[in-house]
Amino acid sequence: MIYSAIVFLPGLGSLIVGLFGRALGVKASEFITTGFLIISCILSWIVFFRVGFAHETAHVAIQRWITSGELDISWALRVDTLTSVMFIVVTTVSSLVHVYSMGYMSEDPSRPRFFSYLSGFTFAMLMLVTSDNLVQLFFGWEGVGLFSYLLIGFWYQKPEANAAAIKAFVVNRVGDFGFALGIFGVFAIFRTVSFDQIFAAAPGVAGQSFMFLGHEVDILTTLCLLLFMGAMGKSAQFLLHTWLPDAMEGPTPVSALIHAATMVTAGVFMVARLSPLFDLAPDALAFVTLVGSFTAFFAATIAVVQNDIKRVIAYSTCSQLGYMFAACGIGAFSMGIFHLTCHAFFKSLLFLCAGSVKHAMHEEQDMRKMGGLAPKMRITWLMMIAGGLALSGFGIPHIGGFAGFYSKDAIIEASYAAGTPGQYAFWFLLIGAFLTAAYTWRLILMTFHGKPRMSDEAYAHVHESPPTMYVPLLILGLGAAFAGAIGIHTFIGEGANAFWAGAVVQKTEVELYHAMHHELPEWVHWSTFTAMAIGTFLPFLYYKLVPSLPAITAKVFYPIYAFLLNKWYIDELYDFIFVRPCFWIANFLWKVGDIGIINGLIDGTAATVYRITGRAVRLQTGYIYTYAFTMLVGLAILVTYFMFMGAR
Amino acid sequence: MEIGIGHYLTVAACLFTLGMLGIFLNRKNVIIILMSIELMLLAVNINLVAFSYFLGDIVGQVFTLFNLTVAAAEAAIGLAIVVVYFRNRGSIAVEDINMMKG
Repeated sequence: MIYSAIVFLPGLGSLIVGLFGRALGVKASEFITTGFLIISCILSWIVFFRVGFAHETAHVAIQRWITSGELDISWALRVDTLTSVMFIVVTTVSSLVHVYSMGYMSEDPSRPRFFSYLSGFTFAMLMLVTSDNLVQLFFGWEGVGLFSYLLIGFWYQKPEANAAAIKAFVVNRVGDFGFALGIFGVFAIFRTVSFDQIFAAAPGVAGQSFMFLGHEVDILTTLCLLLFMGAMGKSAQFLLHTWLPDAMEGPTPVSALIHAATMVTAGVFMVARLSPLFDLAPDALAFVTLVGSFTAFFAATIAVVQNDIKRVIAYSTCSQLGYMFAACGIGAFSMGIFHLTCHAFFKSLLFLCAGSVKHAMHEEQDMRKMGGLAPKMRITWLMMIAGGLALSGFGIPHIGGFAGFYSKDAIIEASYAAGTPGQYAFWFLLIGAFLTAAYTWRLILMTFHGKPRMSDEAYAHVHESPPTMYVPLLILGLGAAFAGAIGIHTFIGEGANAFWAGAVVQKTEVELYHAMHHELPEWVHWSTFTAMAIGTFLPFLYYKLVPSLPAITAKVFYPIYAFLLNKWYIDELYDFIFVRPCFWIANFLWKVGDIGIINGLIDGTAATVYRITGRAVRLQTGYIYTYAFTMLVGLAILVTYFMFMGAR
Repeated sequence: MEIGIGHYLTVAACLFTLGMLGIFLNRKNVIIILMSIELMLLAVNINLVAFSYFLGDIVGQVFTLFNLTVAAAEAAIGLAIVVVYFRNRGSIAVEDINMMKG
């Protein structure tokens, strides 16, 4: 009952407000959705403690969904530790975002619609994390995709918002294509889509292969790669990441909820949920590591030079998701989930702070036009610093630090312990950590410090946000500061076996954890700290001590700067490879195929008939004698014919 | 010279051709067309009477009488149409009657 309530209350709120929002009015709509969400959140924490520490895993059957031949799919809630962790992440962030939105969206005319979407999204996400089989997971998966689309395009009068919404939808479809193929494949091999049965049957399939186009292909590797393709799309990994920065066109609370804390982590969740499957496919895991670590590095390089405050955080999200995948790839699934949890707190905090800044600056997002905001918005400033410290992983080895210090550094060290070829994952992630600190502090310094770079009038209008906005910030700030320290021994290491109780595979992770603490050279422990320290120091040098330095560096390394500023030209590349040929083909089919051939055939037939009848009509002179004469001639011909041929 | 059936038929054919040419060549007056049609009917009547006489069968002549009656009725209707047409259009010149021209 409690489990159903957690999942269905937000859905109910969304439905009520979506259908009757107009009649209920704005205030009632806000209170219904937010109230339901807060109830759901409280229940989630209860469930978290029950499941995580009292080990009351549950399986709630709701009803049968599809029964066709061998295919038997039921709606069921699968509540284990992994689900309960996702419960608290999703409902906590979502309820805080709901509260925050009451302040942030206070001037928007269509608030009921907004809150209905927000709650609907939360429902879909909860459906995703409680799913008991792949098809139900896919339902939640597409549900969050749909609400993400609706929320990115929430301000549908803005053409960029519509374009971004469509882009997000289309890019996600590319990933979903692989995911759907993966589900088909799983059913073809295992004859079931239920997680328990798949995991039970998976060891029997390990190492088997099938023939594809004359090649022998490992079954599990193929399935995992296909499923991972879906995760790459949803979690914005390299090559399918292009939609995430554009998704910043949506309202900022949406960015915080969907594009930082919850939806984009669905891919990581899926890999962790399917960890028994992935664990049997080392080649697929190697690919996950490669994609994850490279994305962590790649997105961080872009974030360093962006000027749009939300874009910096968006690329940062992309990069942090890379860390989570890298953790999953080396087999440390629980570390990935731990980072996911910490990241949800500090990233939504950063986004909500950015929203607060944007609110104060009247929708200005360009950091070049900010600066000097610290004295005017103390709370936002402090919380932004808390988020920044957590993101950059501030802390001192062997003593303690902020959330990111525990989760991110654990991943980096584990990646060294895992020993990828040439330690590439370790170096990618380490450079990523350095860049993370650099762009975080660059963002804070450009926004809050230095001289104000906006007009005096605009500066005079800057003000701290209302309590509905800063209270969620404070709560998330606490999470960002302490989530890591509290969670570290619960989530990872030997002691976490009891906590996870088999919800994710921990075999490799425990070995890595052991190696991290007993076999790693000491410099590895300090390397993360050093990377963070240098990354923190450089922005101070660039933006505080020598303000002329950024411009000089940009000029000296102009090719690199332009390359990064244009996001590695990936968008241009896609434009060239996919978008333009697509337009060209569509144009060709429209102009030549449709207008030329199809319309041409129909119109041509009609025109020919018209032309022929135009000639035929001239035979009708209207004079009786012509008709009479024609009759006579006809008669004469007929008579002549029968005279010579004989009547037969 | 004895007058045989051939002579009668020749006269009738001449009359018929005259009537036909009257229809074709006439460009002036609709009444002339009516008259030409009458002429063609009479040519047919001559044929009927001639055959009736030479074949010794009275039916042909009876048929001719009916023909004349029908021709009279037809002439009456035709003239009536011409009158109505004149009232409506103000002309019964053949060139003007071409509303059906395509």
